[in-house]
Amino acid sequence: MDSLIKKLARSQLVIPLFSLLLIIVFNLVRDVGFFSISIVTNNQGYPVLSGNLISILNGASAVAIMSIGMTLITSCCKGQDISVAAVAAIAGSVFVSVLRSREITIPVLIAAFLYSCLVSVLFSIFNGILVAVFRIQPMIATLILFSAGRSIAYWINGGATPTISNPLLAAVGGFIPGIPIPTPIIIMVIFLILISLVLKFTTLGLFTQVVGINEGTAHLNGINPVVVKLVAFVISGICVATAGCITVCRIGLINHETLLLDAEMDVILAVAIGGTALSGGRFNLYGSVTGAYIIQALTVTLYAMKVPSAAVKAYKAAVIIIIVVLSSPKVKDFIVHIYKKLFKKQENIKIPVKAA
Amino acid sequence: MQNGIVLSMRNISKSFPGVQALKNVDFTLRKGEIHALMGENGAGKSTLIKVLTGVHPKDSGQIFLDRDGSLKEINVRSPQEAQNLGISTVYQEITLCPNLTVAENMFIGRGSYRLVNWRTMKKKAAEILTKLNIPARATQQLGTCSIAVQQMVAIARAVDMDCRVLILDEPTSSLDEQEVEKLFSLMRDLKSRGVGIIFITHFLDQVYEVSDRITVLRNGELVGEYEVKDLPKVQLISKMMGKDLEDVSAIKKQSVDDEKTDVPPVYEAAGLSSTNCPNAFDFRISKGEVNGFTGLLGSGRSESVRAIFAADKITGGRIRVNGKEVKIKKPRDAMKHGIGYLPEDRKRDGIVEDLSVRENIILALQVMKGFFRPFSRAEAEAFADKYIKLLGIKTASMDTPIKSLSGGNQQKAIVARWLLTNPQYLILDEPTRGIDVGTKVEIQKLILKLAEEGVSITFISSEIEEMLRTCSRLIVMRDRKVVGELKGVEMTQDNIMHMIAGEAVHSG
Repeated sequence: MDSLIKKLARSQLVIPLFSLLLIIVFNLVRDVGFFSISIVTNNQGYPVLSGNLISILNGASAVAIMSIGMTLITSCCKGQDISVAAVAAIAGSVFVSVLRSREITIPVLIAAFLYSCLVSVLFSIFNGILVAVFRIQPMIATLILFSAGRSIAYWINGGATPTISNPLLAAVGGFIPGIPIPTPIIIMVIFLILISLVLKFTTLGLFTQVVGINEGTAHLNGINPVVVKLVAFVISGICVATAGCITVCRIGLINHETLLLDAEMDVILAVAIGGTALSGGRFNLYGSVTGAYIIQALTVTLYAMKVPSAAVKAYKAAVIIIIVVLSSPKVKDFIVHIYKKLFKKQENIKIPVKAA
Repeated sequence: MQNGIVLSMRNISKSFPGVQALKNVDFTLRKGEIHALMGENGAGKSTLIKVLTGVHPKDSGQIFLDRDGSLKEINVRSPQEAQNLGISTVYQEITLCPNLTVAENMFIGRGSYRLVNWRTMKKKAAEILTKLNIPARATQQLGTCSIAVQQMVAIARAVDMDCRVLILDEPTSSLDEQEVEKLFSLMRDLKSRGVGIIFITHFLDQVYEVSDRITVLRNGELVGEYEVKDLPKVQLISKMMGKDLEDVSAIKKQSVDDEKTDVPPVYEAAGLSSTNCPNAFDFRISKGEVNGFTGLLGSGRSESVRAIFAADKITGGRIRVNGKEVKIKKPRDAMKHGIGYLPEDRKRDGIVEDLSVRENIILALQVMKGFFRPFSRAEAEAFADKYIKLLGIKTASMDTPIKSLSGGNQQKAIVARWLLTNPQYLILDEPTRGIDVGTKVEIQKLILKLAEEGVSITFISSEIEEMLRTCSRLIVMRDRKVVGELKGVEMTQDNIMHMIAGEAVHSG
């Protein structure tokens, strides 16, 4: 039991899981039926799952996917990429411009996705070179695309915000006919499986953390920090393109101004809640993904409580302050301190009992 | 006033986890003297200063400071408090703000939060600068001054705060000769004003040029306090390097006959140089040989081995491994050719502090195995377990973050990292620094055992005794140049010291 508590205290997943649990319990107390899932028939006539839980899982997909890349960048570059949402807008615009140029079939859809991935990865490498080679602070380096990204997206479709509607896109952004689970959730699960495989079959996790914790040691042990950082940016590029394309499919149009607006902050927040220090080093990918779900759960809860949409952000901020303060080292030390005190007292009581 | 003593430290002890940094050290500073504090790395110089300035609390002992003519015990709890008591420190790296003016730098953060009177400040600064003969204008941006002048401004700032004890920690390491002269005349000037100066440096000539008295520390213990005129340079070096660890006389080294020419050397370099080691040098090591680079701190011994491992950018040289010409341009190349390197600064270049002991141990082998072939958890655990047992690494578990281990055990984990790669040539730069005596002996024994098994080893230690005990050949360095090589019967402490001091070597 004692070792379990120690293990929990060390684990980075405690706070995010605890916060998620708290939100779930809060909702269950407030409304027992909050998480009930029902089957409804959608406008295409297929039975699909519906409910708050589904909308949380579905709505968080884009942020969760981007948080994977952000976690890697945070870990090895000791900073954040604030251009992810802007680059997602570029990727989405590229995706739409390819789709609009010909008839949409599955191969065209895949080609469009790959093409937007390529563009997004190139922009991400641009960030990566500034950070890894020129050693510019990540937040400053990515400020460039943060400001310019949406303008670039604007040029790609000639300033228009075209809508595209097609059953194939609806299947990607909504439901595949016959499958009752929203496709973004499926894509997120595939992504998680992929990244787990990458972590299992490469040394990405170890190298990224070594570079983030001690670049000098990394260099002297034959790791090239520049390459590791660039790899993180490339992976992030793929994540960002995926998030951008999913969102385009879901809403059926590309608006370079509003696509995933302010999402970069949610992504960074997800990483922070997930237990990865924003100053780099040890990371926890699953924690970041959990963080994304916490944020979405919070948003959905607030909407369910009929909080006006303009006020949601303030409420969100208040809850997030609590989570972040709880996971701060000071509070952690304090809790460990109190735990030790209690534990010692018990010991002191035990000794005289034995003597007697 | 008792013999003009301004500061007296008595029986100071301080220990860190796993290391006794100071053992009953006494130190006395008189009014108007320049007192050099000497000792090799890990001797306890900086710990003593940090105890004095309140950075570290002392475990035991007393500090007395002259106050109005009589010595009173003081208890310094923070650098701020030390400064208020008149104890100021000027560090090696300039700790001022380069983008503020000289005057601003002299007066910022001095404890008063009143409104600034710029004109008085400028006037006062100008006065001090003229008084101390510092060639700078009060309104000049500090960053535009030379490093020496910046250093002097830092000193002027300390002096103006009524300091009676001025600590100069390696003030000359980034200055050229002329600048050093300017600094020295300022030091002499302050001395004549009655300031007691503690001067820490590793440049022996400078000690003899400017100091009145020398206190030597070794391994956290006081060796003695001497008048400069009573202590010739050679004796100072011998006192700094010293003799201890008599208990390891059981260690017997094997003499490797490196004259055997039928087998090419394991590693051979001709004209090797790097950005940090600009003077090209030749070097070779045979199978199973233990050799070492010796010289004082800053003599270029670490830079030389870094060049061998290509830790710095290589600027020239031809390298042969086992007789075959190869290119070693980055650490990865060196690793491919079976070279391992344990860096001098364990904390900065050795450990990955937040990662577990297990991850730290497998790191180098994992890099060599490749990005797409990670070790499974079970494999990694088997490796870590084997070496934790083999080297007796004391850790709660293999998943414990390495930063919570003691220095000696961290060092063993890094040694384990390289042993795991099964190297044919291992470079150990100060593997015994800052760790307890028991572990030091274990590491020396390990070196000899590895050599017996055919591993070639280059060993560097600030403790000359350790090197004499383990090495069969010593390369002596001074001022970033190889000045000689000693082997067999020539290898005596006397000869090494004479060679370092630049005097003729007595044979035998």
